[in-house]
Amino acid sequence: MFKAIKRMRRQEVALLIFSILLVLAQVWTEMKIPDYMSNITMLVQTEGSAMSAIWKAGGIMMLLALLSTLIGLTSGYVSAMLGGLYSKHLRSDIFNKVQSFSLNEIDRFSTASLITRSTNDVTQMQMFIAGGLRMIIRTPISVVVALIKIWGKHWQWTSLTGGAIITVMCIVVVVIKYAHPRFRKMQDLTDELNKTTRDNLTGIRVIRAYNAEDYQENKFRDANEKLSSNMLAAQTVMSSTRPVMRFVNDGLTVGIYLIGAYLINQTIGTTDAIVTFSEMVVFSNYASRLLMSFMNLEMIFNMIPRASVAAERINEVLDCELEITDGPETEGIEGRDGTVEFRNVCFTYPGTEGEVLSDISFTAEKGETVAFIGATGSGKTSLVNLIPRFYDVTKGEVLVDGRDVREYNQHSLRNLIGYAPQTAVLFSGTVSSNIEYGEGGNHADDEDSEAEVKRAVAIAQATEFVEKMENTYDAEITRGGTNVSGGQRQRLSVARVVYRKPEIYIFDDTFSALDFKTDRILRAALKQETAGVTTLIVAQRIGTIRDADKIIVLDEGKMVGMGTHEELMKSCQVYREIAYTQLSEEELA
Amino acid sequence: MAKKNSYQLGQANINSNRGPGRMRIAEKPKDFKGAAKKLLEYGKDILPQFILAFSASVLSVIMNLFGPDNLSRMTNIIEAGMKSGGVDIPAVIKVAIRALSFYLVGALLILIQSLNLNRASQKLMRQMRNDISHKLNRIPLRSFDSSSFGDVLSRVTNDVDTIGMSLNMASSSIVSSIVTFIGCTVMMLLTNVKLTVIVLTCSILGFMLMNVIIRKSQGYFTRRQSYLGLLNGHIEEMYAGHLIVKAYNGEKESREAFEYLNDKLFENNWKSQFISGITFPLMELLSNLGYVAVCVFGAMMAKNGQIPFGTIIAFVIYVRMFTMPMSMVANSITNLQSAAAACERVFDFLAQEEMEDESYKTQKMDNIRGDVEFSHVHFGYDPDKIIINDFSAKIDAGKKVAIVGPTGAGKTTMVNLLMRFYELNGGKISIDGIDTKDVTRENVHEQFSMVLQDSWLFEGTIRDNIVYSMTDVSDERVIEACKMVGLHNYITGLPNGYDTVLSEDSNMSAGQRQLMTIARAMIQNAPLLILDEATSSVDTRTEQLVQDAMDLLTRGRTSFTIAHRLSTIRNADIILVMKDGDIVETGTHEELLEKGGFYSDLWTSQFVNAEAI
Repeated sequence: MFKAIKRMRRQEVALLIFSILLVLAQVWTEMKIPDYMSNITMLVQTEGSAMSAIWKAGGIMMLLALLSTLIGLTSGYVSAMLGGLYSKHLRSDIFNKVQSFSLNEIDRFSTASLITRSTNDVTQMQMFIAGGLRMIIRTPISVVVALIKIWGKHWQWTSLTGGAIITVMCIVVVVIKYAHPRFRKMQDLTDELNKTTRDNLTGIRVIRAYNAEDYQENKFRDANEKLSSNMLAAQTVMSSTRPVMRFVNDGLTVGIYLIGAYLINQTIGTTDAIVTFSEMVVFSNYASRLLMSFMNLEMIFNMIPRASVAAERINEVLDCELEITDGPETEGIEGRDGTVEFRNVCFTYPGTEGEVLSDISFTAEKGETVAFIGATGSGKTSLVNLIPRFYDVTKGEVLVDGRDVREYNQHSLRNLIGYAPQTAVLFSGTVSSNIEYGEGGNHADDEDSEAEVKRAVAIAQATEFVEKMENTYDAEITRGGTNVSGGQRQRLSVARVVYRKPEIYIFDDTFSALDFKTDRILRAALKQETAGVTTLIVAQRIGTIRDADKIIVLDEGKMVGMGTHEELMKSCQVYREIAYTQLSEEELA
Repeated sequence: MAKKNSYQLGQANINSNRGPGRMRIAEKPKDFKGAAKKLLEYGKDILPQFILAFSASVLSVIMNLFGPDNLSRMTNIIEAGMKSGGVDIPAVIKVAIRALSFYLVGALLILIQSLNLNRASQKLMRQMRNDISHKLNRIPLRSFDSSSFGDVLSRVTNDVDTIGMSLNMASSSIVSSIVTFIGCTVMMLLTNVKLTVIVLTCSILGFMLMNVIIRKSQGYFTRRQSYLGLLNGHIEEMYAGHLIVKAYNGEKESREAFEYLNDKLFENNWKSQFISGITFPLMELLSNLGYVAVCVFGAMMAKNGQIPFGTIIAFVIYVRMFTMPMSMVANSITNLQSAAAACERVFDFLAQEEMEDESYKTQKMDNIRGDVEFSHVHFGYDPDKIIINDFSAKIDAGKKVAIVGPTGAGKTTMVNLLMRFYELNGGKISIDGIDTKDVTRENVHEQFSMVLQDSWLFEGTIRDNIVYSMTDVSDERVIEACKMVGLHNYITGLPNGYDTVLSEDSNMSAGQRQLMTIARAMIQNAPLLILDEATSSVDTRTEQLVQDAMDLLTRGRTSFTIAHRLSTIRNADIILVMKDGDIVETGTHEELLEKGGFYSDLWTSQFVNAEAI
């Protein structure tokens, strides 16, 4: 919780302090009102007191009530402002932090978890700061003020109130002890239930094919049963405490009057009796406010652990140290442009053991096409991910345009590269906005971007389907590109690379979702476009890469062959194996 | 490396609906009464418990209403005692005992009410969830075609929570609030008419003021909610596409969009928060105004001897009791409205058309050889758009059928028809001469083993995943199947062997997952086989293993393979070539090449050098 406050900006801390002062003021005015009730009681009970005195007391009470409301409104305003500002800053900090993450950090948290941290956890914190904090401050203040008001009036009353407080505290403890762990468990059980439903949805065909409907339903029923009984147990505890609390509160009032009757009886006939009478009226008022404050405790104890979990999760993100930092250089070494070189590169994913790449060395000269082939897990994707510096090498060097990638400013490095990942990513927007995405690339100032988009789409063999879409190039793309097919997504992702006109193309298995024919035509068109540009292709199909200038064969992170298709067919056992599973002898000849 | 940053939409959706209820905007149901009626009908079983709970609630409120009255009596006795020179202590004790017993009974009644409501609403929620899960497996696959279906479902489960919560909280608080409101008014009127009028005037004025504010705040709430949705959407999208954002230096663009939305959200966020926070101090004001009015006017009346002092005491408490339910009712109505909207969605789902009941079908396929015949099959996902026109083919037992075609050509349509996931629009598919329509779907399914592209495994032990819904499968058979697909050594190498629990992040490779599903198919040991042999996610070495396992599986079975691998296509006894949903050519590899049609085009494109075109 203190960590949450630590994250506050100066303005927010000021608001927080102001809000505490307001709460203090509000409690004071509220507690002041019954004092005048006591005054009025005295006036009524004392013979011959003036009517105007009652009016005066009433007027002050009215003013206090208005003042209290006014303070309450201001306090609400301040809290809302505080919560809004705090969540805005926090959200923005997290977002910017995540934007600066490399894949390392993303992997560590997982995308889903980062999303929850930036959305739900922030909302949770906002609720806490805007609402909970005020309540937390208010409760002890109310308790103290109420205690001061009733202290030392009559020991009988004080001890009765003390007894009631202890009872209520016991109940709060019971709730914390029994109901609380169950409430915490509830989230896990709900997740489990949702998982079962999700399984059922994603596997619907398999389930039907195996006539496993009953199996699935039983599984769901079990999870449901667990959730229900846990929830019931938690709620039973909670709802049993409420009537007890109420009874204690009501009983206390009756008790105070009963004791009051005795006390007044002892001093009957003196003015003390009237004082005691008015005290009795007010005392019961304070006592019941006191108990109410304790009931709030229950809510607070529910809120704190949730907020502290959220705060912890947010802090994990914000405190995460970046492993990849910018270098100073913005340009490569002259005369070496368009080259990619690996020098004895070894790579291990952070936090794991076992090298994914070991001792990889090769050079892709300007204009060359270099292909990578090998089994899944052989390190192809890891290898190309080192070039745009999504990860840093463990040993060795990766050079782009003759310079180590770590010396570059990341922005400049990535301007040199056009990259299409394994799974095509499209953003919500239009076809054009997706293709023109980002900054950098080689674009002349007076370039006709519309024509350039068309050209890129044509090369990516996407013209046909794009022009069939409503609004063609301005056609809407939904989030994640769900309104176009997998193959179409891939082609748009290729068009994005082409549009960028980079020095170096990287295609990470980009053509796998295309059928053979489209794959072939696309590559032919690309070949013309990429003349003089360095192209790196990761592929599964031999057909896709057999005409590359250089094919690098990877096996369990090691380079086991490098050469042209023909050379490798002769010299490389692993390559031959791959080739034979895909092509027959005569086709390879 | 498992692709961790895949788009995990479902999870995020579920979470975002779990926001704190206090800030949720009221959803308007289309037909509140209709929803309520349906719920009443649905919850017939728990109705007695509900009625019991509500009666207890009403009684407890009435019990509590006597509280102030008793306190007033005590005060009056004391006041009288002060004037007459001695308080009648036994009388005070008598009233105190009466007051306490009233309170005690009231508390017990609340206990009865809340325990019953808890139990009843839990029962209803459990029932609803079970019914949804049951329903899910009885809806034709056709309904899943619309992409929003999964979304709807994830919402439905949350909706059940909403319904349960509001039944539990809102309904009881509405009942008790209304009773308190009426009861208080009656009690006040009985005690003193003048003071009652004063209190009522104060309250009604305040209530009107509050209504105006709430109405005004609705706009902020709606906007706040929609900006929150947009912002969360942007965050999700940018995180999911992190790689591309980085690779294309899109950070600035993304940040600008974020800041814009974040600013907008902030504007509406604090305003809506502030306005929703206004109600509390206003209710306080209302209550305080009533309090002051009662004190002053009551004091004047007491001074004139019109009322005893106890009346003031009673009224002070009544004012508090009276103003509380007004804010509660406003809150509860909002809750009930979202519950009604939730009800509508749940009942809509439960009212979805189910698959035909086939219990009347007595014919059964048993011990079949595996001859499959398509005769004059017509089919379209949309009945107005028939995509398969008059397809006929006869496949003898034990033959291998390959289904090929470009992406999106509709290869899974064949699977859907064979398994009777969809019904034909014309013609028939028969197995061993028996029309698949004449037997139950379950019976059709029993005849097939199926291995699909995305190997579907669930969270559970390896054994559970392999045995799945089969019963009486010995461990030996499981081990045998795993040995056959070459998984046994891998599994025994795991710390818990066959009892290892598979979870989302268990580091099983795609190939191993696929082998597991093949083992599952082996255990099922059905005479017909459907294979989607997509191996794009499987490495070449494992691919060989998978391939071998699949070959083993096809032995002695009639198999339908969605072919991605050339060797499969070449060795197939019959090839179905699909394009744009329809079967355009059939024949063996050689026949089709000879024909020089679409198939031969597809085939050659793989091997011709790109430059040659």
